[in-house]
Amino acid sequence: MIAPDRRHRFAMYGAASCGGCDISVLNLHEAILDLADRFEIVLWPTVMDAKYDDLAAMPDRSIDLTLFSGGIRNDENEELARLLRRKSAILVAFGSCATEGCIPGLANLRSVDELVATAFEGPTTDNPDHVRPMTRWPAPEGELHLPAMGRLVRTLDQVVAVDYRVPGCPPETERIAEVIGLLGAALDGKAPLPPTGAVLGAGQSTVCDECRRDRGIKRIARFERIQDLASIDPGLCLLEQGLPCNGPATRSGCAAKCPLAGAPCIGCYGPADGVVDFGARLMSAFASVVDASEPGQIDRILDGLPDPVGQFYRFSLAGSLLRGARVTRTAPPEPVEPVLAGATQGADS
Amino acid sequence: MTAVAPSPSRLPDATSPPAAGTVPDSAFEPLIIGFTCNWCSYRAADLAGTARIKYPPNVRLIRLMCSGRLDPTFVLKAFAAGADAVVMTGCWPADCHYRIQNVKALRRYELLTRVLEELGIEPVRFQRVYASAAEGQRLANEFERIVDEVRALGPLGWERDIVALPAPEPEEVAT
Repeated sequence: MIAPDRRHRFAMYGAASCGGCDISVLNLHEAILDLADRFEIVLWPTVMDAKYDDLAAMPDRSIDLTLFSGGIRNDENEELARLLRRKSAILVAFGSCATEGCIPGLANLRSVDELVATAFEGPTTDNPDHVRPMTRWPAPEGELHLPAMGRLVRTLDQVVAVDYRVPGCPPETERIAEVIGLLGAALDGKAPLPPTGAVLGAGQSTVCDECRRDRGIKRIARFERIQDLASIDPGLCLLEQGLPCNGPATRSGCAAKCPLAGAPCIGCYGPADGVVDFGARLMSAFASVVDASEPGQIDRILDGLPDPVGQFYRFSLAGSLLRGARVTRTAPPEPVEPVLAGATQGADS
Repeated sequence: MTAVAPSPSRLPDATSPPAAGTVPDSAFEPLIIGFTCNWCSYRAADLAGTARIKYPPNVRLIRLMCSGRLDPTFVLKAFAAGADAVVMTGCWPADCHYRIQNVKALRRYELLTRVLEELGIEPVRFQRVYASAAEGQRLANEFERIVDEVRALGPLGWERDIVALPAPEPEEVAT
């Protein structure tokens, strides 16, 4: 047991995230005791009570290590990102949301008006008074202030300087233990700190490099949906079987769990070393193996990828070169009639 | 070896494309990045220059060894940095110096076009043009057409509207 006054101070915070990163850290099981032994936890809203005022009262750079999960969706997220940057000696962008926007970053395809309209007046929401979120509200006890959404979900490093990045949705628990061990040893003075900007808890290569499936010459005459295949060859590269697998652009570090289990990689570990834009690298890889040379044939094969942005930027849109879509439509979308289960049976979807 | 020598006074400012709404449309001069192949379209542009064929100075040429070298990253970066349009030029099918790389370029073009459309970038802003080394006139005509089309469409303004967010201060890790 390290004496309480010798322990390093640790914080974990989730901005626009699902909480999965926190759960992945808690999945350390008994190793969480090492974390609690080595670090004094000063802020971690998922596991203990905390007040922003207490954080604001801490001396600058007094938190030795902060794991920041979640992207920057609203002004509360941004305020906390700036505050934690000021209070932390080491700020780690932790998980896919903080490093590249992740699933919430796909909201960058739509305007805030459209997003709010869909959430508050979508087909499953009864909202006859057209209630919308307000940033200020006069309550009997005083005026309430609520965070305002920004136009774009941003990654943490688009808002403040970040020391290290840990990719993954969520990061694998074994890799988290490595990262905490590495940074803990560095804080103890027993190991050098990694260079600023380093990606921790992951490899440098691609998922394909870790995948043990056989790879030959790829020629894709048709992209398949996994649910349409009667069976999958257990030993052959999934991309060669026509399944859009994001392994060629995705950073290694997960031990290729998904492709080895028969599910195509969806790219949650973000771009591999040297890849500027995840989607661009993947588009390049997919286009190279399409087995057609005439525009018409190429089009027919590419029709097998019905949602290109969802395929190529599922986790990385906010952190990509273009960051989102140009929104020309500002009016809310027309309400969509709910489709009852079974209504589409027999239709070729 | 230079392509064409456009009159400098007509060059739009490379670092700050005109912002939408701040200038009347007639004054908008699009900034277009043209990627050329060393073996065909770059020589076509060169031929246009030596033959004193004029085309608008809005197209800035970047020479690659082959259109197959055109990584989609280059196109996305051009848009993110303020280009109003990107033109991919290369050899006619079956004429590639590297056998089939222009076909791979075609597939990437088709795929990237789909992604760009979903992101709100119109097909007019990303076009492909075939030009052999002898087709200086054709290349000039195509550039002229594309510049007119993009001018009519107006500025894209990606850098100003989407990418231009305050950059964080770089800071070293404290030990």
